[in-house]
Amino acid sequence: MTSHKTPLYQEHLIAGAKIVDFSGWQMPIHYGSQLEEHHFVRQSAGVFDVSHMNVIDLHGSDSQAFLQKLLANDVAKLKIPGKALYSCMLTESGGIIDDLIVYFMNEDWYRVILNAGTQAKDMLWISKQLQSFPDVVLTERPELAMLAIQGPKALAAFTSLLPADAVNTVTDLGVFQACEVDNMFVGRTGYTGEDGVEVILPADAAVDLWQKLMAIDVKPIGLGARDTLRLEAGMALYGLDMDESTSPLISGLGWTVAMQPETREFIGRAALEAEKQQGPEDKMVGLLLTGRGVLRSHQQVEFADGGKGEITSGSYSPTLERSVALARVSAGVKIGDDCEVDIRGRKISAVVVKYPFVRFGKALIDLV
Amino acid sequence: MSNVPQELKYTRSHEWVLAGDDGQVTIGITDHAQELLGDMVFIELPEIDHELSAGDECSVVESVKAASDIYAPVAGTIVAVNEKLADAPELINEDPYGEGWMFRMQLSDASQLDALLDASAYEVVEAEE
Repeated sequence: MTSHKTPLYQEHLIAGAKIVDFSGWQMPIHYGSQLEEHHFVRQSAGVFDVSHMNVIDLHGSDSQAFLQKLLANDVAKLKIPGKALYSCMLTESGGIIDDLIVYFMNEDWYRVILNAGTQAKDMLWISKQLQSFPDVVLTERPELAMLAIQGPKALAAFTSLLPADAVNTVTDLGVFQACEVDNMFVGRTGYTGEDGVEVILPADAAVDLWQKLMAIDVKPIGLGARDTLRLEAGMALYGLDMDESTSPLISGLGWTVAMQPETREFIGRAALEAEKQQGPEDKMVGLLLTGRGVLRSHQQVEFADGGKGEITSGSYSPTLERSVALARVSAGVKIGDDCEVDIRGRKISAVVVKYPFVRFGKALIDLV
Repeated sequence: MSNVPQELKYTRSHEWVLAGDDGQVTIGITDHAQELLGDMVFIELPEIDHELSAGDECSVVESVKAASDIYAPVAGTIVAVNEKLADAPELINEDPYGEGWMFRMQLSDASQLDALLDASAYEVVEAEE
């Protein structure tokens, strides 16, 4: 298996990273303590190297029509240049090929950010669908790096490094909106439940930005903390909480599917209509462990009334100091229901709670 | 490099064993193991008086990342556990050979200690990973 390195690889080593293989990329899992990194993002500002993610640009006047066919969410909602939306890309049978963010930059340009681990199959699928849209030009941008700067102090830290005339352009960005300043693509997005930006820029500029962030005490954050931060924020992770065998309706992502207008024939629509008509059998809920232990992916969940489920992703929550999880359970399960989770052969008590669990540094659930 | 004290014995599964004069041994996980696992968040300890054979699963350490089984390095009976770990699992990260000890066993047969790795043999195991 080929092993890729991002332009920040040397910087990770300098910062004391423990490097692991992640989808064929040599990435930092932590720089000493995953817990400390997690707390630092909730309380201050951290930077993540997410250059492994797959950035593609679509140009051509048919780009909107193409994305309206390709994606379960409707890019026609994007009317202001820079606005973004989150969407699933589905198979004909409604399974999730990948989840992504698409930015509307202008009538002739959309930028799409996809996962690293699904890159090969995504590109095959997108290329295949493009055959019906010869006007649309797809450009992969592997030369670009991407840094996510996240936390309550992230915006102030990042803008302190910008030329004076660029500062307001960034601070005025709405959530899920991007702009181009100082040769960087800056989006007010993230995967932590905190304020912040994701910055897409050439490799040399990324190293320079990274070093400047280190100098103003923005700390490097590894993929370990990225996972616990996104779990607390209730954000689904491809490959665990969803995949091609699950539809958005049973993955807690029904809100990202635009069934209106009815005339928009996106791929997977017929399957989702049929699933909706029948009523989905499962749904996604949050779990809070009330007994001792740690919830993990694939643990089985049982309810007193016969309802069942499986944890899709679980961990220790550093903010709550308790274990939480996302679980796919029978559709009849309700918030507040008690259940038992099979943790290494023992039945441990948990309760169904709303998610997200944490936003902007604060717990959103009661710790029963 | 991780810390491998010369006076301890080791297993391939990364437990350390400190032999006392009283036929009892103290057991924990190595510096290398705690570093691999990362920040500890939950420790399940064995029950006192529990009798174990060498290689039995007897305890679980869970880091933020993953759960990992701890095996009895020798045969014997559990005589004490480190109760402090229930509220402070991070002691294993901070001081794996001291405050982070896990449990103490009464050996069924003191000669078992000869089958364990010494520090230099354990360093080879670490290097192979």
